[in-house]
Amino acid sequence: MSHGSGGRAMAQLIGELFQRYLDHELLTLGNDQALFMPPPGRMVMSIDGHVISPLFFPGGDIGSLAVHGTINDVAMSGARPLYLAAGFILEEGFPLGDLARIVESMAQAANAAGVPVVTGDTKVVERGKGDGVFITTTGIGVVPEGILISGDRAEPGDVILVSGSMGDHGVAILSKRENLGFETEIRSDSSALHELVAAMIAAVPDIHCLRDPTRGGLATTLNELAHQSGVGMQIREDAIPVRPEVAAACELLGLDPLYVANEGKLIAICPPDKAERLLDAMRAHPLGTESAIIGEVVEDPHRFVQMETDFGGSRIVDWLAGEQLPRIC
Amino acid sequence: MTAESIRVRGLVQGVGFRPTVWRLARACGLRGDVRNDGEGVLIRVCGNIAGDDAGVNGFLTRLREECPPLARIDTIERCPIADPQALADLAHRQDFVILESAATAVHTGIVADAATCAACVAEIRDPADRRHRYPFTNCTHCGPRLSIVAGIPYDRARTSMAAFPMCPDCAAEYKDPADRRFHAQPNACPVCGPKVWLQDAAGCVLDPTALDAEDAIAAASRLLAEGRILAIKGIGGFHLACDATDPDAVAELRRRKRRYAKPLALMARDLDVIRGYCRVTGRDAALLSGPAAPILLLDRVGSRGAERDGERPRPLAPDVAPGQTTLGVMLPYSPIHHLLLADWDRPLVMTSGNLSEEPQCIDNADALGRLGQLADHLLLHDRAILNRVDDSVVRVMAGEARLLRRARGFAPTPLPLPPGFEAAPPLLALGGELKNTFCLVRDGQAILSQHLGDLEDAKTAREYERTLALYLDLFQVVPEALAVDLHPDYRSSLIGRDRAARDGLPLIGVQHHHAHLASTLADNGWPLDAGPVLGILLDGLGYGSDGTLWGGEFLLGDYLDFERVAHLKAVAMPGGIRAILEPWRNLYAHLESAGGWDAWRARFAGLEPIERLDGKPLEILGTLIARGLNAPLSSSTGRLFDAVAAALGVGGEVLTYEGQAAIALESLAAVAMDRVGEGYPFARLTGPAGELVLDPTPLWGALITDISRGCPPEEIAAAFHVGLATALSALALDLTSRCGISTVALSGGVFQNRLLLESVTRSFEVAGLRVLLQRQVPANDGGVSLGQAAAAAARVLRGISGA
Ligand SMILES: [Fe+3]
Ligand SMILES: [Mg+2]
Ligand SMILES: [Zn+2]
Ligand SMILES: [Zn+2]
Repeated sequence: MSHGSGGRAMAQLIGELFQRYLDHELLTLGNDQALFMPPPGRMVMSIDGHVISPLFFPGGDIGSLAVHGTINDVAMSGARPLYLAAGFILEEGFPLGDLARIVESMAQAANAAGVPVVTGDTKVVERGKGDGVFITTTGIGVVPEGILISGDRAEPGDVILVSGSMGDHGVAILSKRENLGFETEIRSDSSALHELVAAMIAAVPDIHCLRDPTRGGLATTLNELAHQSGVGMQIREDAIPVRPEVAAACELLGLDPLYVANEGKLIAICPPDKAERLLDAMRAHPLGTESAIIGEVVEDPHRFVQMETDFGGSRIVDWLAGEQLPRIC
Repeated sequence: MTAESIRVRGLVQGVGFRPTVWRLARACGLRGDVRNDGEGVLIRVCGNIAGDDAGVNGFLTRLREECPPLARIDTIERCPIADPQALADLAHRQDFVILESAATAVHTGIVADAATCAACVAEIRDPADRRHRYPFTNCTHCGPRLSIVAGIPYDRARTSMAAFPMCPDCAAEYKDPADRRFHAQPNACPVCGPKVWLQDAAGCVLDPTALDAEDAIAAASRLLAEGRILAIKGIGGFHLACDATDPDAVAELRRRKRRYAKPLALMARDLDVIRGYCRVTGRDAALLSGPAAPILLLDRVGSRGAERDGERPRPLAPDVAPGQTTLGVMLPYSPIHHLLLADWDRPLVMTSGNLSEEPQCIDNADALGRLGQLADHLLLHDRAILNRVDDSVVRVMAGEARLLRRARGFAPTPLPLPPGFEAAPPLLALGGELKNTFCLVRDGQAILSQHLGDLEDAKTAREYERTLALYLDLFQVVPEALAVDLHPDYRSSLIGRDRAARDGLPLIGVQHHHAHLASTLADNGWPLDAGPVLGILLDGLGYGSDGTLWGGEFLLGDYLDFERVAHLKAVAMPGGIRAILEPWRNLYAHLESAGGWDAWRARFAGLEPIERLDGKPLEILGTLIARGLNAPLSSSTGRLFDAVAAALGVGGEVLTYEGQAAIALESLAAVAMDRVGEGYPFARLTGPAGELVLDPTPLWGALITDISRGCPPEEIAAAFHVGLATALSALALDLTSRCGISTVALSGGVFQNRLLLESVTRSFEVAGLRVLLQRQVPANDGGVSLGQAAAAAARVLRGISGA
């Protein structure tokens, strides 16, 4: 590091911010590690780097997103998340006011979720070598006895559910970043889903798959699951919840909401006889009131995710190589 | 005794060729034999009189003249037989005989499905014939082939006729070389063959006598006359049918099928009925009546200068082909159709049996499920359709019949590849994304699949893989290389990539417009080493070698390679795929690109197209363009047509089928082509790579000014066509003379526009250039697989590997 005292001063300030907001006892001890007793059971661990522009958006900011994203990745195994670790990479000259907002938001999100940040690290890079701030978070959690949730467990006949509307986060980010000025403000759905997951597991322990459809959206995530499980999926366009304002924005922008990122939604796959009970449990939770059954797992050597369209046809919802590039001649 | 062997190559198997040889050889007094083998047909003859060469000559002359209708003789090679064993064999022949094929070596070509021949039609109409009113009558010269085949060798056991053992009468016909039904695999009669029945949408079978009809088909005809919508199972799929002169029935059909704008095809009993609605030339009549019996696009009577000609069009429901100057018409091609239309002096709508966007149904259960909601009644039969084969579509343009959709009656007939491709290894080209076909290369021939359709559709994508497996089996091809489009997300390219990885085969990427160019070359027999031509490839879009979207391309090249010497100016498509569906987005993008929207709005405030655009969320679209956010740049000609259509307010706000706006523009322009002078101007710029760029900016000034002057829209549409044709030709002439090129090839979906195609072609011919156009395969993406195959074969032959 060649930026001398500026960087050191900044790191010191950050240390103070963390002490102020993320005041968990393990963190405030000031050690370079957190020490705790592992609870009984199988542990899960997940890491996620958060790089987002803009840093602040309707419904959240990079701080809350960094907490939610990692909690959700841990929770999608069925685990109860226990602790988080956070690593910051800051660009020199990043406004301290913004940093304070981010750390405070992070603390609030962690407190609300009941999953504390227990260890952290900060590095400062030269101006021009970062993009404001990057946050990497790691989470650990413990999976309850008897729960086996994995992306390769979808079976033909299983039912596919989602916990709410698709595409809110991606459209919120895009419209804020590009200042698109839609009539209705679209808010990110960023939230921590572990309590919803706990309620779901309590109602139906035999959930086969859970996954949060983040980057690439519902379409990409279903393709991942179909591939992992070696099955096809049949979904219905009219069953997939999409907010009218998100649908309208997507139409105008020429985006397919099924490929747009979510940060507070999950996909669940469970045996058909348990789908209604699972749906009820999801709807009973505040983060799942708009849950819906969107289709079924089918046998298919091609592993197609196909969608019955509003029009009555059946379209392949493909894995895209890159951006949504027109194929029509 | 002298004897000789005669090798006949071409389409000579499964088409009644051997019985014809047998009949003529006997008539000419020859002794010998005939058989099928891996190369075609082998005839061995010896004259009754030693050295009777005249007898053999006479025989061969008659063989060419009396070649069976579905056969095609490419070459005949004669050579004396010296082998003593063979001579001894022949010496024993007292007669001329047909030998069974050696099954191992036979490359039994599966031929295309053929329309019912005149002899069979006469039989079903003859009350004394045992096939009177029998809907599955066929013979060696007609009937189903590709649609009923499951594998090779092509015999009854491997077709959907396996379920119907022949009765003694049919079996006798089948075995008799003198009979028209000798070795006709689908041979059948009322005693032993498939049956037809009528049922309602709930699945209840209807008794024809309850409808006062002599059989199910007569009952169906009566229901149609009452204004009902029927699903009719035919040769390669289902049709939805109704009375084309009944406005309510046609409107209801459109509503149920959810096909709101795309023209509906018609079927009429005979040419006289068609002449009541369309102008039919002698060539048109021959195309309609030929064994392929395609849908032919014909000019409507009264569409151009009706008053002058004194022609009076007969009434047709307005919804059949709204805003079109042409109608798509076909003649009956199966006995079912002949019987159904017998009493109809007006056409029936015969549109594909599906919901819009889906492939048509082929099996009864599927039909009941899917068509039960669209049709009042279903006319079904128990002969399974194993392969979906849609109706082919043909349009006569620039003096020749040109295929727009190649399916029934044409596929899978192999197309000979040009000289130089004889040694090409077996290849598979996977085709495009929409209007998909794939193409196999074997023995210097290209075998294109029938039109399969849109691979974004899940059913079509499954059919694609099944049909591919069938063709690889039927034609015994084991590909040694695969060719795909460069587009990363085309399903055909995905399948190709997977196959190449699985089988360890080289994967050859062929740029979309280069494939269009190579397709045109192959279609015209352009030899492998005949040198480069100038290709003008105009379409909606294709993935360019530089990762941008192309669609208005001047490529100087041959099968192997190309240089992009010029193109239309790249303009943004704000909202990506939405810009393909909503023409107004392209108008906005074009105006933005031609001086800026604000300037246009200031200059032409209050003008209708400007007002219309002003009501749209242009600020957001402007951001997309400025930020390059889901607003890919494209040199597409299709989008330019869309933009012009949007300026004139024709072609629809949101398009429901491909090419809709361009077709509306062509229909509009057709009446005014000879009233406009030079047409709208284009400018020329130089692009970043030194290539020439055709810039439509000046066109917009002239066009919007004309609108503001109140110029009739048809003249504006015509001035656009003329201007584009002029600009394309002038640029091409400069390029050809600069590069010393004397041949121009035109392809891409935009060249299905007859006005553009004919005016561009004319100016090249005036300038003394040779013009190559697509003929046997479509200029649209249905022809891409042939181009991929030819380009890939060229690369392999020249030792240039890889993508
Ligand atoms: Fe194309
Ligand atoms: Mg993650
Ligand atoms: Zn016949
Ligand atoms: Zn029979």
